Amino acid sequence: MALDPRIPAGPLADKWTRYRNTAKLVAPANKRRHTVIVVGTGLAGASAAATLAELGYRVVAFCYQDSPRRAHSIAAQGGINASKNYQNDGDSPWRLFYETIKGGDFRSREANVYRLAELSANIIDQCVAQGVPFAREYGGSLANRSFGGALVSRTFYARGQTGQQLLLGAYSALSKQIGLGAVEMHPRTEMLDLAVVGGRARGIVTRDLVTGLVEAWAGDAVILASGGYSNAYFLSTNAKGCNATAIWRAYKRGAAFANPCFAQIHPTCIPAVGDHQSKLTLMSESLRNDGRVWVPLRAGDSRRPAEIPADDRDYFLERMYPAYGNLAPRDIASRAAKRTCDEGRGVGPGGRGVYLDFEDAISRLGRIVIEDRYGNLFEMYERITGEDPYSAPMRIYPAPHYTMGGLWVDYALASTVPGLFVLGEANFSDHGANRLGASALMQGLADGYFVVPYTLGEYLGGTRLEAVTTDAPEFAAVARVVQERTATLLGLRGKRSVDAFHRKLGAILWEHCGMSRTAAGLTGAIEEIRALRDEFRTDLRVPGDSGDLNQELEKAGRVADYFELGELMCLDALAREESCGAHFREDHQTPDGEALRDDRRFAHVAVWGHTGDGAAPVRHVEPLVFESVELAQRSYK
Amino acid sequence: MNLTLHIWRQRGRGSRGAFATYPVRDVSEHMSLLEVLDVLNDQLISRGEEPVAFEHDCREGICGSCGFVVNGIAHGPRRGTTVCQLHMRHFRDGDVLYLEPWRAKAFPVVKDLVVDRSAFDRIVQSGGFITARTGSAPEANSIPVAKETADLAMDAAECIGCGACAAACPNGSAMLFVAAKITHLGLLPQGQPERHGRARAMVEAMELDGFGSCSNHRECEAVCPKRISVRAIARMNRDYFMAAARAGAAGGKVSG
Repeated sequence: MALDPRIPAGPLADKWTRYRNTAKLVAPANKRRHTVIVVGTGLAGASAAATLAELGYRVVAFCYQDSPRRAHSIAAQGGINASKNYQNDGDSPWRLFYETIKGGDFRSREANVYRLAELSANIIDQCVAQGVPFAREYGGSLANRSFGGALVSRTFYARGQTGQQLLLGAYSALSKQIGLGAVEMHPRTEMLDLAVVGGRARGIVTRDLVTGLVEAWAGDAVILASGGYSNAYFLSTNAKGCNATAIWRAYKRGAAFANPCFAQIHPTCIPAVGDHQSKLTLMSESLRNDGRVWVPLRAGDSRRPAEIPADDRDYFLERMYPAYGNLAPRDIASRAAKRTCDEGRGVGPGGRGVYLDFEDAISRLGRIVIEDRYGNLFEMYERITGEDPYSAPMRIYPAPHYTMGGLWVDYALASTVPGLFVLGEANFSDHGANRLGASALMQGLADGYFVVPYTLGEYLGGTRLEAVTTDAPEFAAVARVVQERTATLLGLRGKRSVDAFHRKLGAILWEHCGMSRTAAGLTGAIEEIRALRDEFRTDLRVPGDSGDLNQELEKAGRVADYFELGELMCLDALAREESCGAHFREDHQTPDGEALRDDRRFAHVAVWGHTGDGAAPVRHVEPLVFESVELAQRSYK
Repeated sequence: MNLTLHIWRQRGRGSRGAFATYPVRDVSEHMSLLEVLDVLNDQLISRGEEPVAFEHDCREGICGSCGFVVNGIAHGPRRGTTVCQLHMRHFRDGDVLYLEPWRAKAFPVVKDLVVDRSAFDRIVQSGGFITARTGSAPEANSIPVAKETADLAMDAAECIGCGACAAACPNGSAMLFVAAKITHLGLLPQGQPERHGRARAMVEAMELDGFGSCSNHRECEAVCPKRISVRAIARMNRDYFMAAARAGAAGGKVSG
């Protein structure tokens, strides 16, 4: 498998400029002859679709939700990073680049990350121009807050709803283009397969979620911006509908999958209660600006938090990581929380929780300031738990939140299938083994507004494409596979619901491929997943038929994919015999329990290629070349 | 606790619907109302029956997917709360709940509790944006916005597009939804060049899609999960009348 990242030559800071200066262009009159298919309308998909339509391409876009405005980017709370240096606190593109690469534990590509840091400032300009109501200072300039893993204040925010406001900005730009007829939008439509013609991605096959109609769509390029796969764990902070089906079906058509085991477990989520729990809710990392994380010093201390005096509390993040304190990066904060709970010092039902306490902040700043900063988050916490976080500390516990792994892409965001581009969380490109807070929004919008509009031009301008319509036999063949898959799921006359299987699969992954991993655990998990998958294939019950809105059928297809992807996650975690970022192998740690990388053997991207159903996937490697930074052990002490 | 649920079942857009009754036992106070429906659906599936279709996604009250009427109130009895965030601790053992879809002319039923809200998208497409070609934006801090203005714009921008306002309105009006967007964009300096054209286009698109007019019942404000104020509607009317006057048209088209 050819894995050339195609990084432009020259000094790091000049690479993107050089790329743009030499990229091929498509003449205005020719752009409208090109059809571009965009799957997903979150930050990456909506910004790409809007921008490409503005440029003159014919865009056909799809989302599974009833409106493009509902993609899960909307739930991002805390903020978006940009190296504007408005606070005059020493920020620069280089510093944002370095912190992102270090935060990712040196498992990402220098050139991609530098470009992201470079473009971050343009994103803020673009969003402000669209009317995104970012928080402001009294003087009228933009306000900033701090986020984990950074020593400067570079996060822009719109209360606790930054993702919502950025997405509505991209959605409004997209809506304008839909209104103009430049984008043909298909909501409630799910991509179920990729059509490869003559070795190139030339279209997709979809199912209309209301009528059940299976349809083929041809184009000159396909852009996947379909998000991540944290829902493999069943319980995650992702929306219930988030799924890996688009990227997984593309994987099975030849797009390589990179670092599938890199899954971020976010430290501050509301703990699960009982067996009915359907998903988990994030409490923004921004809360750690003012909230202090602690547990009782001694195991078995069952006093109410207010009754525990300061001397009997362990502010473990401040103790372990004095330089960053409560703003230690997510992977590190999550592991520390898990460890204190494993020691029996956890709080709340089942002892799986730690306190996030605002008592000091409220007495220092007053309740009004805290309300202004986090009011909606406090309200959300109160709604879900029935407890008032102004008077008692929140209880939080880590939960699956984001996947750094995804389809492999080169510098141009092109996958291993020519003509297939992958943006945002769906690709693997920028966050290495751990993503820093407020960086997902940044990446989604950089990819969609500012990267793919250039790199797609380079592809289309430099490629002679045969005219292809959906009459090509490849489309009929793919549509047949889709219909057979649907018929198989509906034909199983078993007893158990999709959710029953999904919960079990999620529990296996959480236990063995979550915050802490061992070779034996992973090997056992693979066996368990296979056994459960066999049961799924015989004992599943999907009521109804394929001719109308059938939410069980939708879920069944997605969970079938999670079974295969879950196994690949475990295989990847097993093969990576080191700890890095969120991937923590118990047999590879420093004496004080931090992740111990093995740069000699694993300073690379693990890139998995599909070799056929039932056949073992092949692990390829893209070596990571560090020209500008020195690999160091991450320290937040 | 044990509950009795009367749930609207309707096969599809053209078909007739009716309430079906489902007793649900052993409901935990920690569950959300949607999780109660999950449990019910699991039971229906194991009996070989079709589960209840309902819209949901983030289950955090932000995506705007969910929403149905609970005992006559859009999103249920708790103010400022979407149904996904409505937890069972607010109900009592033995409660009887009637769950039905949004009822508005412009929101046809797709199935059971799911409705078609694409009319909202069409309204936004008609003008609910600030034109800002990618790449043409000026330096962000070159457009100062007073904190008070930014805060007011944000209050309006919080709208999640769930449709409760139109469902609760006796006239099936979408004015709170439209007014929230017009207020958000019209307050900001960036939104001024298109301000009046935007108001006119959005109001006309709203009427075209079959939404009714405002007659000051303020039901919309009462059920809005983001507590958006009806003051936005006054602002919308002002901008709309200005637009109509500028265009030389008669200005009496919008009521309310």
